[in-house]
Amino acid sequence: MSALLELRGVGRSFGALKAVDGVDLDVESGARHALIGPNGAGKSTLFRLISGEMAVTAGTVTLSGDEVTKLSQVRRARRGLAQTMQHSSLFLTQTAAQNVALAAQRHRGSARWLLPRRQRDVDSRVTELLAAVGLLERGEVAVSALSHGERRQLEIAVALACEPRLLLMDEPAAGMSPAESGRLTELVLALPREITVVIVEHDLDVVFALAERVTVLHLGQVLLTGSPDEVRESVAVQEAYLGSSNRGELFGPTSRPDPSEGHPVSNLLAEGALHSDEADGGTRS
Amino acid sequence: MSVDPAPSTVDETAARTSGTATPTGSARRRVPLAGLIALAVLILLAAVPLFVAPFQTSMLARMLIFALLAVSLDLLVGITGLPSLGHAAYFGIGAYTAGLVAKYWTAAAPIPLIAAVVVAAFAAVATGWLAVRSHGVFFLMLTLAIGELIQQLAESWSGVTGGDNGLSGIPAVEVAGEPLSLVGYVYWYVLFFAVLGFTVIWAVSRSPFGAALRGIRDNEPRMRSLGYSPFRYKLAGFTLAGAIAGLAGGLFASQQFALVTPADLGFTTSALALLAVAVGGAGSLWGPAIGAAVVVLIRDVYGPDLDGHGTLVLGIVFIVAVYSLRNGLAGLTTTRFRRRGPPADAAPAPPRDNEATTPDPTTPDPTQATSAVPPTGGLPANRQEGHGVDQGSKGPGTDDPPRHADDPGERRS
Amino acid sequence: MTEWFADNFVSILNGLAIGSLLFILAVGLSLVFGMMDVLNLGHGALYLIGAYVGYQFTGGVSSWSGFLTALAVAAVFGAVAGLILSVATQPLVGRGHLDQALLTLGVALVVAEVISIIFGDDVQNVVAPPGLNESIQVFGNTYPAYRLALIGVGAVLAIIVWLVIEKTSLGALIRASVSDREMVSAVGVDNRKVKAGVFAFGSMLAAVAGVLGGPVYGARTGLDETVLLLALVVIVIGGLGSVRGALIGALVIGQVESLGKALYPDFASFMLFGALALVLIVRPRGLFGSRVGAG
Repeated sequence: MSALLELRGVGRSFGALKAVDGVDLDVESGARHALIGPNGAGKSTLFRLISGEMAVTAGTVTLSGDEVTKLSQVRRARRGLAQTMQHSSLFLTQTAAQNVALAAQRHRGSARWLLPRRQRDVDSRVTELLAAVGLLERGEVAVSALSHGERRQLEIAVALACEPRLLLMDEPAAGMSPAESGRLTELVLALPREITVVIVEHDLDVVFALAERVTVLHLGQVLLTGSPDEVRESVAVQEAYLGSSNRGELFGPTSRPDPSEGHPVSNLLAEGALHSDEADGGTRS
Repeated sequence: MSVDPAPSTVDETAARTSGTATPTGSARRRVPLAGLIALAVLILLAAVPLFVAPFQTSMLARMLIFALLAVSLDLLVGITGLPSLGHAAYFGIGAYTAGLVAKYWTAAAPIPLIAAVVVAAFAAVATGWLAVRSHGVFFLMLTLAIGELIQQLAESWSGVTGGDNGLSGIPAVEVAGEPLSLVGYVYWYVLFFAVLGFTVIWAVSRSPFGAALRGIRDNEPRMRSLGYSPFRYKLAGFTLAGAIAGLAGGLFASQQFALVTPADLGFTTSALALLAVAVGGAGSLWGPAIGAAVVVLIRDVYGPDLDGHGTLVLGIVFIVAVYSLRNGLAGLTTTRFRRRGPPADAAPAPPRDNEATTPDPTTPDPTQATSAVPPTGGLPANRQEGHGVDQGSKGPGTDDPPRHADDPGERRS
Repeated sequence: MTEWFADNFVSILNGLAIGSLLFILAVGLSLVFGMMDVLNLGHGALYLIGAYVGYQFTGGVSSWSGFLTALAVAAVFGAVAGLILSVATQPLVGRGHLDQALLTLGVALVVAEVISIIFGDDVQNVVAPPGLNESIQVFGNTYPAYRLALIGVGAVLAIIVWLVIEKTSLGALIRASVSDREMVSAVGVDNRKVKAGVFAFGSMLAAVAGVLGGPVYGARTGLDETVLLLALVVIVIGGLGSVRGALIGALVIGQVESLGKALYPDFASFMLFGALALVLIVRPRGLFGSRVGAG
């Protein structure tokens, strides 16, 4: 299988600052690929370069064999790229169902139709998706009245309504309780292989539960791409996160150091990679 | 329960259309009620010439015309989120076109009207192509400039438009060869096409296209990521709004002894239309129609009593409305008083009025504050939105459980 | 080349005079908008107040005392009006920028109507003070002395404003607010006071511009709309929140209005709009702006 998404030498500079520098990335069709890295590594920027929200200053982006480097976000979205945002980006005054419908009507019905019409295909798709994310009873509720976790779920339903080939997820577990992020993980694991998933995440629990391949970014460059185990055991990665070699502490059987230990790890990672109720009060977005 | 705007009161056929593009639950229960009201209003309006004196009848015709203009502006402001201060330009273009066609070619209905719509649409597409690239107050400024420009054009092209003196001597509309001589007939002519115009706008607002427009209004970046091209939709919405404004202008020229002057194209008319939308409640479609009636009432009916300074009262009414009627008159029909969250740098989105959704009262929402949009200071370099647009404008709250008594309000106009 | 200059010398000078006036008018609007995102649609009405104050105190007669009194009264009126507007828009801050703009629109309508009630709709003339109400010889052309003085005043004011903005701590505060308003308030500066101050200053300048513009444009209803539009075009072209932008924009539009009209009278309106359109397409943030407004 040729790669669904290929990045070659992708870079983005802001003046003299290279937020992303010379990134090569291959994401195979059907893969579950995670992008991790300490804060400031350039993950968000890279995410935007892939989605097209931001233009690259160097390199190329290829989607399903077609070069999309110069294409806008809109055009890339039309080629099967969908995303969920780090901060829920929904249509607040509309209901959950209407949110999903907006995304779905471009694919199942028609988004240009000028007369009011019953779009049964859209309606049934909306119901299907809301059920899949567990929001079926909340369909008629305005987004402004949904809880944070529900909005994150809705975000995913909206993205899935785009019938994507490539689903980009930007920190989907941000601000979620362990139970919620568990549900999220299940949801993503249950996605069909026709959808390729690239996920940017800080919550290493989620990453190691989901990802089949992991790319570690550091200071805008790719530090390592490999299997989760390879990343876990890599000295270079641990140095990047901790600033000094400290094997075994970081990527143990669970990636969650005991915060009560007062280990320097928790201080360094508390704002970024660590996800724990105590460390950050549970809500982080 | 749906947050879609209620159907316009002067529409009954569309109210019987089954459902909309999205699941709307109990909106279907409410539609028949609104439909009945619409039918009743329509019958009342149709009966006017039978019971009302000619002067009042023609005044009512003026109200209908201005209401059509205001509703077309609401499509732009309330539904698409583009606040325009130059909308009267298309009204005036329609009026001049209809007048000229009637005068020099034929007054046979509905040819002058069709000409008005076509020319106004063309002007809207040409100017909108440039204008919809901007957002918020910049769009406001640009449309203001466009409106002024077109007004100047009308003033200086006096060979065609009669310059400052305006276009007069427009022959009466001819239906089936007979000119409409009675005020009542003219009124029915206006009513028919005004209802047609309202219906078109109403239908579009309930369509998938209308849903897309609202999506763009509420969260343009998200729409892009969903694969919608905001520019095309906004341009289409702008053109449609301009076309209907042109229709209103054509009707304006169909009145008896009509006089079309550059002032009809100008800033004051545009401002009054925007005022009507704001007072009536942007996004509701029927609210602006009522707002327009109020404007005409104050300016033309009571105006002469005030030495023609009805605009003063209007300005005062407007100021009061901006402060106290957050979602315009339409907002009064809901029991929504709670607002949410930090102020948004968002483009004004219209109030989602009438059909407010009731949230599940057993689900507390402690994390509402976390949906705050990050401040737009320090933008990543490629951010395209300008003033007035960013992720997720905050809607006016729905019937949330009352929370913070001093939440800053969120009004869209 | 010099021929062309000589032929159009008067127009060019006119352009400078108009540009001066526009600068005085627009700089306040630009700062308020750049700092606070409040578009004061009543800015033209402020100019109108100034124009009629000028008429009222000079009574159509050439008089220094009248003129200077008018300037002082207009300045006070303008500053107070600015403060009022600042306070009036404060409750709407949570409701988005459009609502604040609409409020100022309402105020503008009211002010224009009140003036129309008090003074009627006739065009009124304001005469330049003695000594300036004659024409003098400039490079072989006769030219109204008043307009030369206007150019001078504009230049002096530009220098003063520039000095304040660039060299004083108040100016630093203003520049910081234009760049990042939230940051400034996070640092502890009371945004409302800054806003009130800038509003008062800008409105004062607008009213003063009305007096200064009297001998050129007179006083009549409808002037507020014309002037508002010109000011908006100036600040969009020059860039919001930028004094330099307001100056360059004003000079450009001044020339468009004067030289442009002289050379291509049929296309004058189009040039104005065309300049606006061009800038919005090519450089949406304006020539010197730091905020993007379009595109």
